[in-house]
Amino acid sequence: MALPEFDYIAAKSLEEASQLMVSMGSECVVMSGGTDVILQIPKNVAKGMKTVIDLKTIPGLTRLDFVDGEGLYVGANTKLFDIQSSPVVLDKMPAVAQAAHYVGSNQVRRKGTMVGSICNASPTGDCGAILLAMNAKVKIQSSEGTREVAMDDFWPGFKKIAADKKKGELVTEIFIPELKSGEGSAYFKHAVRKAMDLAIIGVAAWVKMDGKKVADCRIAVAGGDVTIVRGKKAEEMIIGRELTDELIEKVAEQASAEMNPRSSLRASAEYRYDMIRVYTKRAINKAVETMKA
Amino acid sequence: MKKIIHFTLNGEPVEALAPVNMTMVDFLRKEMHLTGTKRGCEEGECGACTILLDGRAVPSCIMLAMEADGHEITTIEGVKKNGVLHPVQQEFMDKWALQCGFCTPGMIMSALSLLNENPNPTEEEIRDGIAGNLCRCTGYVKIVEAIDCAAKKLAKAKEAEA
Ligand SMILES: Cc1cc2nc3c(=O)[nH]c(=O)nc-3n(C[C@H](O)[C@H](O)[C@H](O)COP(=O)(O)OP(=O)(O)OC[C@H]3O[C@@H](n4cnc5c(N)ncnc54)[C@H](O)[C@@H]3O)c2cc1C
Ligand code: FES
Ligand code: FES
Repeated sequence: MALPEFDYIAAKSLEEASQLMVSMGSECVVMSGGTDVILQIPKNVAKGMKTVIDLKTIPGLTRLDFVDGEGLYVGANTKLFDIQSSPVVLDKMPAVAQAAHYVGSNQVRRKGTMVGSICNASPTGDCGAILLAMNAKVKIQSSEGTREVAMDDFWPGFKKIAADKKKGELVTEIFIPELKSGEGSAYFKHAVRKAMDLAIIGVAAWVKMDGKKVADCRIAVAGGDVTIVRGKKAEEMIIGRELTDELIEKVAEQASAEMNPRSSLRASAEYRYDMIRVYTKRAINKAVETMKA
Repeated sequence: MKKIIHFTLNGEPVEALAPVNMTMVDFLRKEMHLTGTKRGCEEGECGACTILLDGRAVPSCIMLAMEADGHEITTIEGVKKNGVLHPVQQEFMDKWALQCGFCTPGMIMSALSLLNENPNPTEEEIRDGIAGNLCRCTGYVKIVEAIDCAAKKLAKAKEAEA
């Protein structure tokens, strides 16, 4: 397939990329792995895009560090493949490694990044739900400075992100708080094929147990709305209560009821409602089973 | 628009004037005249275009030629060394792990990457390693066998070396 004409700039620094974004506005698009961006070039050129700004040539953005007492830092150019196969991530936050592993195929994951995944802002993206459930924070940088945005505020609407392109804002890092004693998390994707298939729905859960009681909980659903969203009423229902199978059943029904999935080629809304219920149960159960001692 | 890129292609340094709006798979096939890398879906789904970028298998249809600048690229043409097939290539032949052969170059590049990252893969890990490579002929059984045998041969060769 011949691509339409456009320019390509390999950015050498964040400042350079930011300044280019400010001067070009909607005529540019930034990419890291490019696995989404390159496929969208024809559509974007038709809408006036003239330049692709490559961020992967910016040094220092490939961080993948676990800091004890803090959590995991993931850079903007850190590949999904390196996250899925990192011994420390597999050990400290297996659900994050699993979520990364769910994306596409190994080839896609050797090129694609976690930051690209959340910036793509797909409502069925595989990295977003676990990051939202684990209360991750996103670092956004521009020439005006650096700010931190909670995952809760990262997607203001369908396919929208908190980083403002016109102001030259770029996501530079994701921070995921470590799991403390009594805390566990899990993400399940439901798709037709095991590999190379977008999620019909996905559910992530984070729980904090206090003995038999649930001290805190966050449930995040992909494919349930125009963005990945939390099941806040379901969370309220489970927090402070003793965990039983009946309670999990009710909470899963609630999580499903408060979603607003659509019918698409991939699945009907009804099917999605039901699968959100089933996978919420699984995610809560697994989060508790894999909880840190 | 064209820009100059420098990269290593199958061990040889290359300086090329590459069109900015060209994907790597097209660049390899049309400009470098290396047609071993196949073009299938052009959407990252089928794996026919898989090449090694700094030793790691990636889809070259969702890669711009510009992204090769400063990197090491290996295509199926660069896998044979001194006229000798790589054990993965040899096993694909010995085990009849191909029929039409369209998926084979990509399959082999994925296998090479997998064996670099994980020299002793389980069957499940082999299947995960090639999950991004579609084959419409073989049913995968022989492909998995070939990769498994190549892994064992490579491990033996390493042992002998040590
Ligand atoms: C064959 C195939 C299969 C796939 N399967 C799945 C799947 O199963 N599950 C799934 O979730 N996804 C899937 N994807 C999409 C997946 O999300 C992306 O491929 C990948 O995670 C994106 O990473 P990237 O670095 O390539 O992003 P890019 O393509 O570089 O960028 C993606 C978006 O983020 C923006 N962006 C990138 N970096 C930044 C930054 N630092 N700051 C601000 N904005 C930025 C870009 O402008 C673009 O809008 C698939 C894609 C392909 C091609
Ligand atoms: S042609 Fe690249 S993955 Fe199909
Ligand atoms: S041998 Fe024909 S597609 Fe694999």
